Amino acid sequence: MDEDADDLDDEFEPFDLPTAEQRKAGTIENPQEVYSRMRACAMVLSNFKKYAQEGRARSEYIEQIIADIANYYGYNEFLTEKLFHIFPVAEAIEFFEANEVPRPVTIRTNTLRTRRRDLAQALINRGVNLEPIGKWTNVGLQVFESSVPIGATPEYLAGHYMLQAASSFLPVIALSPQPNERILDMASAPGGKTTYISALLQNTGLVFANDANKARTKSLTANVHRLGCKNVVVCNYDGREFPKVMGGFDRVLLDAPCSGTGVISKDASVKSERDFTLLSHLQKQLILCAIDSVDSHSKTGGIVVYSTCSVTVDENEAVVDYALRKRPNVKLLPTGLEFGKEGFTRYRGKVFNEKVSLTRRFYPHVHNMDGFFVAKFKVMPRTKGQEKAMEKEEERKKGKGKGGEDADMDEGNDEVKFDDEADKDIIVDGLRKAKKAKGYRVFPKKTEEQPSKSPSKETTEKS
Amino acid sequence: MRPLTEEESTAVFQKLANYIGKNVVHLVDRPDEQYCFRLHRDRVFYVSESAMRLATSVARPNLVSLGTCFGKFSKSGKFKLHITALDYIAQYAKYKVWVKPNGEMPFLYGNHVLKAHLGRITEDTPEHQGVVVYSMSDVPLGFGVTARSTIDTRKLDPTAILVFHQADVGEYLRDEETLF
Repeated sequence: MDEDADDLDDEFEPFDLPTAEQRKAGTIENPQEVYSRMRACAMVLSNFKKYAQEGRARSEYIEQIIADIANYYGYNEFLTEKLFHIFPVAEAIEFFEANEVPRPVTIRTNTLRTRRRDLAQALINRGVNLEPIGKWTNVGLQVFESSVPIGATPEYLAGHYMLQAASSFLPVIALSPQPNERILDMASAPGGKTTYISALLQNTGLVFANDANKARTKSLTANVHRLGCKNVVVCNYDGREFPKVMGGFDRVLLDAPCSGTGVISKDASVKSERDFTLLSHLQKQLILCAIDSVDSHSKTGGIVVYSTCSVTVDENEAVVDYALRKRPNVKLLPTGLEFGKEGFTRYRGKVFNEKVSLTRRFYPHVHNMDGFFVAKFKVMPRTKGQEKAMEKEEERKKGKGKGGEDADMDEGNDEVKFDDEADKDIIVDGLRKAKKAKGYRVFPKKTEEQPSKSPSKETTEKS
Repeated sequence: MRPLTEEESTAVFQKLANYIGKNVVHLVDRPDEQYCFRLHRDRVFYVSESAMRLATSVARPNLVSLGTCFGKFSKSGKFKLHITALDYIAQYAKYKVWVKPNGEMPFLYGNHVLKAHLGRITEDTPEHQGVVVYSMSDVPLGFGVTARSTIDTRKLDPTAILVFHQADVGEYLRDEETLF
């Protein structure tokens, strides 16, 4: 490799990859060395054929780079590995690097009280240096430097603006609330998104702001009052209780509790261990509750927006995919955000619904805002469409059992003919089971001959 | 959450009338929608009828706030206006006081308004009258009670107190824990 490296790419300096034993021995190393080795590893991994040492496997390099990243940036190895695999190697390093740099301070104009131009003028007079964030928002301002504390100016106290990260504008823009709607914000403290929704509603309709943490509802209430939102009801429930407390909302925003891997620059405590499985379990429960709280017959809405400030796949795409599988009356919509990267449809052997590409991801190193994820659902009334989706899912499952690669099987199904007549009993039985699993009332098996409603319908359609 | 009793209503309206006078009727008779006062955990909320009806489905221990909080009843039955009511009070205020830019911060830290900081004042404001305090750019900052009538202020020296501080928007930061 040495000679190759020298004449083809002079940037690349050859280095010795430590063996697994050497690494385990764990000598304390100079961070500079670790950094340069990390860079070199990234180089090797970007063009493995060209740069790799002979006889060393790709996995060895990957192990080494993950260990080095964990060491250099102070993450635990589990989290490093999780984050590392989301990106291509070079991008991953950029991502970890971006997490060390703070994001710009941004504020949102409270349109209930003032206009952005007036606010900008007032703040400039106080010695604040600021500029509009970008074309995608007409209420955001980015603060470069300020001679006064930006969270304690008279304008702030009078509710003319809210200190709010640029990324947390996104789910509300995706939600696009319309005047006179009833909207639920399931996890709302400290109220940046709630007050934005209220401002977009122009104080009409009603916003239910819920948060599970009682202590945090105080700052939520304070912000709601400070910004002059008069159409907000603040309550303190566990989000999972929601369709029971109240349903029939036009739109629901679920900014789910998450590991916070997108906001490491703000809160470095994320770097140490967290329980990821427990979180994604909670998120899956919450998203179903959110979907069930929506009035599917709503004329203007029927929208659910799911967002997290995390970049991991099992908190984002996996949860969205889960919701699509569990609620056949739900479909994904384009988020309406002009930028951001598409969500993954397949990730490390997992295959998600193709429509998951409609979701949007935001990264600190690409968009210079917190790592973020936004998905927008449309909830439709439960009708025949739902039945069809259920059948489709059933087919998908069958395909999985036979072939393994289920996404490809979906298209292949047309060619492989099933003998529906012969399989009639099995089909009916399968549908029954699927319904039962989803919690519908299922008639006992014997009633198949009697004209009971749904199973018999299925059979007639099939045959 | 329940409607106010007769005594409570008089306490609330008397307090409000101190600042907005006869404009109190505008709070009750609104052209757009029916609004009402509701008591929840000693706090008085001013909320539209429709929002109130929807909020009834929230259990009492879980309801934190609805609409706008106007203030709270003390244990001895007195009513204290909170800064959160400023929106409505400022909208209907009869007597106003404007403070100069150099007086903004002292007022927002909870101090009284001194004569040196006075920018403008409504003509013929009587003594001990509830007034809303504005910045020179017409942003409401809080409310208080005048120490002197407008005519008497002319003779005062610059360090004399003109408006006794009652509530200011700085309380959103200072008293966030106790306010709600």
